Amino acid sequence: MAIGTTERGALTHPDVHRLDDVNRDVLKMLTVPGKGWWMLFGMCIAGVGLFLSAWFWQIYKGIGVSGLMSPVGWGVYITTFVFWVGIAHSGTLISAILFLFRAPWRQSIYRAAEAMTVFAVMTAGLFPLIHVGRVWHAYWLIPYPNSRFLWPNFKSPLVWDVFAVTTYFTVSAVFFYLGTIPDVAAARDRATGLRRKLYSVISLGWQGTDRQWHHFGKAYIFLAALATPLVLSVHSVVSWDFAMSIVPGWHATIFAPYFVAGAIFSGVAMVITLVVPLRKIFGLEAYLTTKHFDAMAKLCLFTSLIVLYAYLSEFFLAWYSGEDPERHAFWNRLFGTYWWATWTMLVCNGFVPIMLWFKRIRHSIPALFVISIFINIGMWFERYVIVVTSLHNEYEPFAWGIYRPSVIEMSIMVGSFFWFGFWFLLFTRLLPPIAIQELKEVLPPPMRKKRSPEVAEAHQ
Amino acid sequence: MSAQGILASYEYLDSTVDAIENLKKAGFDEIKAYAPYPEHHIEHALGYGQSPVRVWTLVGALTGTATAFAFTSWTSVEWPLVVGGKPIISIPAFIPIVFEMSVLFGALATVIGLFILSKLPNVKPAVVYDPEFTAGRYGVYVEADASRLEEARAIMNAEEPIELREGEADA
Repeated sequence: MAIGTTERGALTHPDVHRLDDVNRDVLKMLTVPGKGWWMLFGMCIAGVGLFLSAWFWQIYKGIGVSGLMSPVGWGVYITTFVFWVGIAHSGTLISAILFLFRAPWRQSIYRAAEAMTVFAVMTAGLFPLIHVGRVWHAYWLIPYPNSRFLWPNFKSPLVWDVFAVTTYFTVSAVFFYLGTIPDVAAARDRATGLRRKLYSVISLGWQGTDRQWHHFGKAYIFLAALATPLVLSVHSVVSWDFAMSIVPGWHATIFAPYFVAGAIFSGVAMVITLVVPLRKIFGLEAYLTTKHFDAMAKLCLFTSLIVLYAYLSEFFLAWYSGEDPERHAFWNRLFGTYWWATWTMLVCNGFVPIMLWFKRIRHSIPALFVISIFINIGMWFERYVIVVTSLHNEYEPFAWGIYRPSVIEMSIMVGSFFWFGFWFLLFTRLLPPIAIQELKEVLPPPMRKKRSPEVAEAHQ
Repeated sequence: MSAQGILASYEYLDSTVDAIENLKKAGFDEIKAYAPYPEHHIEHALGYGQSPVRVWTLVGALTGTATAFAFTSWTSVEWPLVVGGKPIISIPAFIPIVFEMSVLFGALATVIGLFILSKLPNVKPAVVYDPEFTAGRYGVYVEADASRLEEARAIMNAEEPIELREGEADA
């Protein structure tokens, strides 16, 4: 029998020798948590408390406790909504798009990135509900046959958004769950007691038979092929929430690609922010090598260039259009009331990533961690700039106004990070945070008779 | 009912594939293979073709397309209201919803198809199974009449399994 070992000759994980090493190292993460994990988890529970109490206060007192007032009807809530939807996107990019392109570095990070997607969309989905105030009417978003036979306006981007975000959540959750089934089965075969029962249920009795793998592989490819255009469509639809209106600063055809690039940019940065501590806490140096960080840093650099180009072309086109409101909108961004937000955005997204041109910085994990935090901050401010600066000065100067976020809004925004962290930390302890079976696919298969020298070397 | 099953656990991929190929050559066709990850050499040895999952995906996605077109158009006619000077049935404006529904239906149909085809959830797991199959071992399970059991055992033994077990046939 001729099994080419060279096809897996690119040894992506030189320090991982045997297939069951992967199980040992990954499943170890699911056993007794360390002090660091409990500290973070405790912090997150406190933060979720802040999030929920601020939201309950807003439900109790009414939307007036937020700083939203005419002319700025969209503020921190919509900013944070767009931010979290954007974060979600790179997870699908890494799990679906890079899967279709067979990128050799995605295996060890994609499970964490995909979990990030699911939890980020879950977090994002709360914000329109928080924003509309009367959350008990949230079911009005769904087209259902009500007593007056009124249907949503399907020509409205806001209704498209409801469909886009719910579809995105459903599909990414299903995709995520499907990918974990074989790994949860692996966890089941090593677990005892209650965990074993839990994993038996989650893994649906998976045994890794030829028949299961055969259909699983194909289904996975098709889901990836569906998720790829989906991810591009979701942030395009989110951008049309803005671009389909005639507000100066919003009404631009560049918005869809600009938002998608920004989403991937912020999402990859968030993956770096999450994976660096994960690697440290669980000792995953053999699985997350500098090669992986280098690849993510390059993706960040590339998308930051697109984003910077979009910023510059927006400014140029505002000037070139000759439209006074449009010109004012962009002048006002740079030198108006919210100049600090715009400059934060430009520095964090346009200039800080320039450092990624240097290999030494791409290979330094502390440096990447710091840069990724800058990008996260910058991308939040990008959405703040787009939402708030455009609305506060529209066409008529008598209708201009200033928006100040209230304490409640800021608490909900900050709390949402802890809400996200709460789910992500639970995930790292309950499901294998590194894709066991996909890692095994890129390891050289164990061979008895024919061993190529490189494989034999790796097995020593 | 004299069908018996033998399960062999192998450490090496080439042993596994050779065992499957030799069993097939000897005329055994009730073969089941276990692997810790999707291994196309094993699928190839067992002679798999295209998975019908793709039909589920296509039919699901097209159902979504049709449903969304029908639904958005029907609700617009149900209460005709001119919005933004657009026609009542304004197809370009419905495209985002049609697209999302195609993806949603396609994805869910793919998963349903996968579950049906690979018989998941599997509430009655195989009698003979080795938990090492999800870790690092490959497995070959063959069902044969009692009369041919020795022959199958010999073929499987020739590839030096770590373990060889016998049991009543699964189904």
